[in-house]
Amino acid sequence: MKRMILSMTIGMALVLSGVMSLSTAGAEEISSLRGSLALSEAKSPPPVYKLKLDLEKFERNFKTQPPLIPHKVAKYRINLKTNRCINCHGKAKYKEEEAPMIGKSHYMGADGKEMAKIDMSRYFCSQCHVPQVDAKPLVSNTFMGVK
Amino acid sequence: MSDETREPSQAEARGLWQKLWRPCSRYSLGTLLAGGVVLGVVGWGGFNWSMELTNTEEFCISCHEMRDFVYKEYKETIHYNNRTGVRATCPDCHVPKEWVYKVKRKIEASNELLHKALGSIDTKEKFEAKRLQLSKKVWAEMKATDSRECRNCHSYEFMDLTKQERRSKKRHAKGQKKGQTCIDCHKGIAHELAEGADES
Repeated sequence: MKRMILSMTIGMALVLSGVMSLSTAGAEEISSLRGSLALSEAKSPPPVYKLKLDLEKFERNFKTQPPLIPHKVAKYRINLKTNRCINCHGKAKYKEEEAPMIGKSHYMGADGKEMAKIDMSRYFCSQCHVPQVDAKPLVSNTFMGVK
Repeated sequence: MSDETREPSQAEARGLWQKLWRPCSRYSLGTLLAGGVVLGVVGWGGFNWSMELTNTEEFCISCHEMRDFVYKEYKETIHYNNRTGVRATCPDCHVPKEWVYKVKRKIEASNELLHKALGSIDTKEKFEAKRLQLSKKVWAEMKATDSRECRNCHSYEFMDLTKQERRSKKRHAKGQKKGQTCIDCHKGIAHELAEGADES
């Protein structure tokens, strides 16, 4: 009886020390997207990028790229009642507002005929058009877009 | 002068009238004056204090029409929350700050009480149907006063155009030259634009 208790105690101690050594080993450097942080530490959040605003326009990367937005668009509403983008870029107002006109492609219906109002499939501008932030490319490169 | 020929109530009124005009024998003139001043202060202060109670955001959104429709939309805008925490709430834009105009607007608010009782906009559908009409009324008022409520906080004269975006800089300069007022361009800033408000 005494021997059984003794052997079991030694056995448990061995197992526990083994587990502890394993866990401390795990806390040492596993390198990943989190960086070389210990598992118990939380990564500090990345900096909030600033929007690149107030430019004349962005260069396109390829010919059919939806042009990027060089101005503030926070809180601009697009809903069925009103479309803040079309208010300045639409056919009626773009000249007065000196804003790039919405391309003819957006006024083509499914049958290829040009319509007076913008096609509903193109109505929600922010599905394709976005502003940019000042984040650097993840991998530096010498890519040149179409001029 | 014979009271018995008149009706009893008229006789009572005549008695009261005479009492008011007879000089007081119990209190001195000074006491009466001081009492009058205290009463005046309390009355005037009380009047203005209770008027100001109706001049707060909480009071406005105590009506569900305001709380569930326009207040919800306003919460997504820059006047609700922004970088500096400087806010404009319901009365800042919709109630003039000068006392005379404020009282005039408060008297006009009886129309709003009437429509609350009638339930003219108590559902979303009813409200959307009337939204354009209500918006146009507010825009017309603001245009007539040269956007007086906007100028409670914003001032063309002290706008630093160099700190503005290219678009804003150009348009504010042009607008000022053309003699435009804030509400000419800045429609739909706090609440959603009504259907048919823009011709796009």
